[in-house]
Amino acid sequence: MIRRLAVMAAVLVSACLAPVAQAQQPQQVVNVFNWNDYIDPYMVQRFVRETGIRVRYDIYDSLETLEGRMSAGRTGYDIVVPTSEPTFSRLARAGAFRPLDRSLIPNLANIDPALQQQVASSDPENRFGALYLYGTIGLGINVDRVRALAPDAPMDSLRLMLDPANARRLQRCGIVMMDSASDVIPMVLRYLGKDPNSTSPEDLRDVERTLMTIRPFIRAFSSGGVIEALAGGQFCMAFAYSGDVIQAAARAEEANRGVNIQYIAPREGAQLWFDLLAIPADAPNPAAAHAFINFLLQPDVMANITNHVRYPNGVPASRPLVAPEVANDPSVFPTEEMRARFFTIGAVPQAAERARNRVWARFKAGR
Amino acid sequence: MKGRLGRAIVLALPWSWMALFFVVPFLIVLTIAFAEPSEGLPPYTPLLRWSEEGGPVIQLNLANFRLFLEDPFYLEAGLRSLRVAAISATLCLLIGYPMALAIARAPERWRATLLMLVILPFWTSFLLRITAWIGILQDQGWLNSALMALGVIREPLRLLYTDFALYIGITYCYLPFMVLPLYATLSKLDPALLEAAEDLGARPWRAFLQVTLPLSMPGVVAGFLLVFIPVVGEFVIPELLGGPGAQLIGRVLWTEFFQNRDWPLASALAVVLLMILVAPIALFQARAAREGR
Repeated sequence: MIRRLAVMAAVLVSACLAPVAQAQQPQQVVNVFNWNDYIDPYMVQRFVRETGIRVRYDIYDSLETLEGRMSAGRTGYDIVVPTSEPTFSRLARAGAFRPLDRSLIPNLANIDPALQQQVASSDPENRFGALYLYGTIGLGINVDRVRALAPDAPMDSLRLMLDPANARRLQRCGIVMMDSASDVIPMVLRYLGKDPNSTSPEDLRDVERTLMTIRPFIRAFSSGGVIEALAGGQFCMAFAYSGDVIQAAARAEEANRGVNIQYIAPREGAQLWFDLLAIPADAPNPAAAHAFINFLLQPDVMANITNHVRYPNGVPASRPLVAPEVANDPSVFPTEEMRARFFTIGAVPQAAERARNRVWARFKAGR
Repeated sequence: MKGRLGRAIVLALPWSWMALFFVVPFLIVLTIAFAEPSEGLPPYTPLLRWSEEGGPVIQLNLANFRLFLEDPFYLEAGLRSLRVAAISATLCLLIGYPMALAIARAPERWRATLLMLVILPFWTSFLLRITAWIGILQDQGWLNSALMALGVIREPLRLLYTDFALYIGITYCYLPFMVLPLYATLSKLDPALLEAAEDLGARPWRAFLQVTLPLSMPGVVAGFLLVFIPVVGEFVIPELLGGPGAQLIGRVLWTEFFQNRDWPLASALAVVLLMILVAPIALFQARAAREGR
């Protein structure tokens, strides 16, 4: 599960937002490890101003980076933001997180109880995680070019990519596949009318067969750069995270070069994921970590973050404060009808995971 | 007696360095290779356990090594990596040898500058240089734009995410590792030898083949190994420039470690890879030692 940018972007850009705070006696520091482009930087500054706690901010671009570090232990981070499945649930079972002290985070009450309940499938009783942002996986398309090449193709369905007849026509303008077995395979299972958590070898074979039919038409597997590739017109269709596509759409609009990007949450069902704020079991400063989580969960802070990163948050009270063009965009805040078609995934055993990754390796190699 | 002590102290430094930064990490990897994956922190079982009677029990899990023999997936990726490394090292040699020779034969005052130019790319980040190649090779990149502006092609050539891009990136990045050892041997060649060859009637081409080339063989072998060995495990360049079909062993190792979270299998793979790569170096060293005598 790699999100955007190159494998080593974290090393390159390692953003260090550490404004000097008014010196209070023993300077407190909270060490945050978050996705790239996943916060409004002004909110970090505001946290420093309001609490006097310094923020050492570090970023990653893939769950593998985060999980690799967390598995080795002693990361030195106070806050990490893993995705519910597979990373969060796995790390939670391995005992990598400290339970949240609810008395220190009164703003937990701001989170939508319905969403909390969905999160609980990965985090029983919401013990370790506080919902930060969430989103879906679907297709990002360059509307005009896709219409021109495949005028009769359904514009709200995964068939746009997974039906070889459509993929064949669209290969000319460039198809990019997200390089993430754990994200794509459940979607394909669902597309085939099967249980997205299925680990049965027959189902997996069907998935492989489906993927192989479109393999010749895929130009690249992205471990990053989807936003730039879509916005710049390098590709006209991408299997991608909702927020990435929406950011690409915003960037294309700014560039004003006639590129019109749209996000599609497929009607067959879109995988829903949650990014959760969690505190590592060996966090050096858990008190500051709790303060940071409590700060983020304020409605106006969350509204600013959603405006900036274009992913919906789990705090309903933030909704009126979100900029109207973001709040009314159904690909950011999905309608009830769309939400009914979203699905969540659970953990699969390690052997099944290797089988999935093996299918994926064959798919990528095209053999 | 005193001299021997001094010698021991001097030798202790590189040996302890090797022990600390090569042997110890290798032993750690080796122990993980014999463990079993588990859901925990760290994600593998300890080798040493205490039995119920209180005695220590060591459990070696050989399944990882067996898997390499049973599952052709690993062998294929390994062979592909060796092939890519051999082709890249050959390309580097073909480009690097004339460069090194030209620098070695250049006037004395120019040499330092020319060598500097070879090393200069190292001053920018390796990643930035690879990213620059993406900018050059992509569909709307500089190369395609230039070719289209010149009217050579109508539609952009597909260059990025192909083996072509992969070899460009690797050759470009590893060329200095070829040029420097070659230069080191070539610059030490006695020009009198070539003059003698000329006096005896050898044409320049023949003098090169019979005098320069054989005498520069140590540099050729050193440069070849310096390119070949790291390229076998190269992970970043194939990932950024290569096509999706190019599943090299570095990527396979990454997948086992990060995606399948099977640290023992990944470690076993690393151990096998190391063994395969250590063999040619040991051979080369043995030969060099024999020649040195």
